[in-house]
Amino acid sequence: MAQILCKDLELGYEGSSIISGLDLTVNAGDYLCIVGENGSGKSTLMKTLLRLRQPLSGTLEMGDGLTADKIGYLPQQTLVQRDFPASVWEIVLSGCLNKCGMRPFYNKAEKKRAYDNMEKMNILHLKDRCYRELSGGQQQRVLLARALCAAEKILLLDEPVAGLDPKVTAEMYETIYSLNREGITIVMISHDIQAALKYADHILHIGNEVFFGTKEEFLSSKLGKAYSEYFGGEEISNG
Amino acid sequence: MAEMFNKLSVLITEHAFVRYAIIVGVLIALCSSLLGVTLVLKRFSFIGDGLSHVAFGAMAVAAVVGVTNNMLIIMPITVLSAVLLLNSGQNAKIKGDAAVAVISVGALAIGYLLMNIFSTSSNLSGDVCSTLFGSTSILTLTSTEVLTCVITSVIVIALYVFLYNKIFSITFDENFAQAIGIRAKLYNLMVAVIIAVIIVLAMNLVGSLLISALIIFPALSAMRVFRSFRAVVICSAVFSVLCTLIGFIIAILWGTPVGATIVAADISGFCIFSLIGKVKGR
Repeated sequence: MAQILCKDLELGYEGSSIISGLDLTVNAGDYLCIVGENGSGKSTLMKTLLRLRQPLSGTLEMGDGLTADKIGYLPQQTLVQRDFPASVWEIVLSGCLNKCGMRPFYNKAEKKRAYDNMEKMNILHLKDRCYRELSGGQQQRVLLARALCAAEKILLLDEPVAGLDPKVTAEMYETIYSLNREGITIVMISHDIQAALKYADHILHIGNEVFFGTKEEFLSSKLGKAYSEYFGGEEISNG
Repeated sequence: MAEMFNKLSVLITEHAFVRYAIIVGVLIALCSSLLGVTLVLKRFSFIGDGLSHVAFGAMAVAAVVGVTNNMLIIMPITVLSAVLLLNSGQNAKIKGDAAVAVISVGALAIGYLLMNIFSTSSNLSGDVCSTLFGSTSILTLTSTEVLTCVITSVIVIALYVFLYNKIFSITFDENFAQAIGIRAKLYNLMVAVIIAVIIVLAMNLVGSLLISALIIFPALSAMRVFRSFRAVVICSAVFSVLCTLIGFIIAILWGTPVGATIVAADISGFCIFSLIGKVKGR
């Protein structure tokens, strides 16, 4: 059974629909990239997948043992966070909160989990630093480590490279890709179609034309051909 | 100096009302500073002002209706307003500061209007003034009121400690918390209720207009110096209790208005912490 199964999903705000008739299947271990223009409803779709908002119609099912406490989420940064006094350790640890239930404090296993994920994201040396004093790339790594604490099976990322410089962007993509190879399902929103085609194995394009399928299907579709002509197809398919 | 301490100890040992005032003052300062950190970070700094005006309006309604225990009206109305303001969150049509301003100004005007039309008191402006500035009521507390305050504060502090990690999570990133399966709405609701209860209690201490100071100054001062959430919360609690005590002692010794003196102490503390923050080079 698929981890996420959407049938005939319609999304929108207060009656006016942005996306309709969306079918989507995400299986364990997939790397799905959601691409599309600004305002096409990418973030709305992600929030719906996270059950932060309700779809206007259609069904959204989670299977394969996927429950809310197995999902990791890397949101776009909010205004509040820019001057929030919090140490890196506190933020990463808060990703383990869904393991606590009613227990008010973190136990040893959860602290170890946070520690391990910081090590994995190479931010252990920043443990006691204040989040707002870090660079954009470091902040994203902190939020990714937090998402990993929460995630067991699937990671949803909302434009993880927004505002990062090319070098840090490439590192971020590599990190996400290595997580995917470890078996975590990735669902990522991106503006960057080139990178999407390099790493992802499934593409969802929303906007005027809706497309969902594997990368190969996308590349041979009309939409994909338009893109590959634009960017120079060989480079992409070799990547 | 020794003479002042003598005077102070005599006042404290001989007069129950001074002891009551200090107990209540310290407890309310502690509670409001804990929640102040969350409120300031969520851009709800002015909610103290807004809700206390709501409480003032509700008090006027209670007076007009003629209820003997006016808490029966004040508490539900204030709690409801707090819940409406804080739970509308980021998706509201009228957001944060504007929503607080609407409720604050509206409630103040309606409250004063009601009092003006229906009041039988000969000293209306005096009543309004003491409600807003809390100039006298903290020195006229009864033992029942003190007990109520102690019990409520203990519950609030216990809840805060118990929910500490959840409060951190929903303050830092509500969407994330909800996405990973935390019942963010429930915790938001609990925080809103706690805040409303504290503000209604605090009206007795410093009065409507000065409650904001007890919420904002400790949190802002702590944030000048400390860089982790836990340190900020602890520092802001200590800061608030110390400033309140200092303010009280000065007010008692020199007969200055209690609320205003406490706020003056808070402002001085804020200046000192800002300097420390500058010196630490941040």
